[in-house]
Amino acid sequence: MPGPWLRNPWRKPRFLEAFTLLYLAWSLLPVAMAALFSFNAGRSRSSWQGFSLRWYWQDPALSVWHDPELHRALFHSLRLALVTTLVAVPLGVAFAIGVDRWRGRLAKGASFQMLLSFVVPELVLGVALLFGVTSLFRFIPLGIGAQVLGLVTYQLSYPAVIVRARLLSIGPEYEEAAMDLGASPSRALGRVLLPLLWPAVFASAVIVFADVIDDFVIVRYLSSDVATEPMSVKIYAGARAAPTPALNALATIMLVSSLVAVALGVLVYRRLTRGERGSSAISDFASQL
Amino acid sequence: MATLPARPDSTDVEAGPPPAPKKRRRGGRAARATSGARYPRWYWPAFAAPGIIWLAVLFVIPLYVVIAIAFGTIDPLFRTPVPTWNPVWWDTTALRTLLGHIFGSDAYLAPAFIRTFAYVILASALCLLVAYPVAYFVARYAGRRKVFYLLLLVAPFWISYMMRMLAWVNLLSTDGLLNRALVDARLIGGPVNWLDGRASTVVLGLTYGYVPYMALPLFAALDRIDPNLLEASRDLGASRARTFWRVTLPMSRQAILAGLVITALPMFGDYFTNDLLSGSPGTSMVGNLINDAVSSPGQAITGAVLVVLLMVILLIPMLWYVRATARADGEAGR
Repeated sequence: MPGPWLRNPWRKPRFLEAFTLLYLAWSLLPVAMAALFSFNAGRSRSSWQGFSLRWYWQDPALSVWHDPELHRALFHSLRLALVTTLVAVPLGVAFAIGVDRWRGRLAKGASFQMLLSFVVPELVLGVALLFGVTSLFRFIPLGIGAQVLGLVTYQLSYPAVIVRARLLSIGPEYEEAAMDLGASPSRALGRVLLPLLWPAVFASAVIVFADVIDDFVIVRYLSSDVATEPMSVKIYAGARAAPTPALNALATIMLVSSLVAVALGVLVYRRLTRGERGSSAISDFASQL
Repeated sequence: MATLPARPDSTDVEAGPPPAPKKRRRGGRAARATSGARYPRWYWPAFAAPGIIWLAVLFVIPLYVVIAIAFGTIDPLFRTPVPTWNPVWWDTTALRTLLGHIFGSDAYLAPAFIRTFAYVILASALCLLVAYPVAYFVARYAGRRKVFYLLLLVAPFWISYMMRMLAWVNLLSTDGLLNRALVDARLIGGPVNWLDGRASTVVLGLTYGYVPYMALPLFAALDRIDPNLLEASRDLGASRARTFWRVTLPMSRQAILAGLVITALPMFGDYFTNDLLSGSPGTSMVGNLINDAVSSPGQAITGAVLVVLLMVILLIPMLWYVRATARADGEAGR
């Protein structure tokens, strides 16, 4: 027989709550441990030997700052993320505006192409880009150029999809009102539509930036030598080969740069959407992934 | 943006009534979006053009290059692939050889394909089993702490996949914390090498890696369900369980399918999880076959054929996802 507690329709879902907390612990604690051991004074990644910043910069040879390879990887990742964001976001935003307003068979085909590039496994795109660059577009050398071209191709769909969703929720009324009041199409676009789109543009820029920092498959295939290998490739190559906590330190730096980008993103997003009814920055952000 | 069309401002702002729409297009939305028809016809396509051309050149053409290499030949001297551009001259030897290795008498590649399906199906199912209760709790019961929970649910997206795998390599290694804890608790006699090619480690690693991609669409769908519907169901006498089975679950079916597809697709192309958590050929998947072929000289054709096969296998789920997304967009704009 169910007890009185079980029969209470307003009982707290204790099992679900416990399950959720366990899940969050499982999902985040291993990463927290890995980050913690990047501050270990010793070489071990499992027994704590005291706090130090040895693996960040104190160690003259093995720390992230002094090991030339790790150092280079860090800046290469940041460079790729910055350049890719600067190229992919304007392209994707323009695409979203164009496809949203331009109706016809061709526009449908364009959307289809964009969504397909979004769902295709990264491995397929990576191999395709590698073969494309090595056997057709031979004038593009492997390395940072090819990497940026590949990353933009893969990331283009984020701004396109996010801005498109925002456009659908804005509707054409504001723009029409502006034009009824005498604005030209380009003026209505610049003065009315773009300001309304800023939050989505901004959110997508943050997502692209954080995603490129973490990218692995495409960047690895399109790298030419050690100098163009980003952080993720260093971690992949070093994880099973007797790594030092410097690798954890590198991973922690990646983590922090992504998180800083996102935290800034959420703050600015909140400012941009201030005054909009019922918007919570986090849940908007989450629903745009 | 170099391609932004510069339109003379004066032509459109003349006083007087707006020009009557010449042709009302069919469909309410289309008509609404183009009402006024004050834009020249090329205006909006010009915005989309750079993106379309970019994807055509760097997405569609490279995919065709893969096909052309898969049905092409190899340079006898340099061992580099020579793509055959014209479908009339396609050489299917490599495809037939590979299919022979999968289905024929010499089927040494068959285990990798079977393994891929088994791992992906198992890991996706585990993702669903883990993510559904979590998403359900956060959407329905988290109350004022919803944003906090959501933040933690989203967090793995911003943590590099490689770091998340590195974290498990640390924990699972022979001198890792898991072995220490288990030995201290006397559950195992000595440290176990969890990373020596165990299927269970790889499946759990895949689950761990892709579970966030399942949790978010589920949360979004469950959060959209109107609580009034659930209350109505309870008011009409349905129990909690019955309300769940008859209202909540059917209303989240689309999201479950979308979540399964969005976790399974990248898993099919995953080779790094396997490399980091097992590294043994005994657990290798199609992704590993592709990566190995692409990374070794002279194997490009095999790699290309494998990629083509993978695309054929994944075509239906990919098209389904694209269609479902396009339809959802259409509904959102109505």
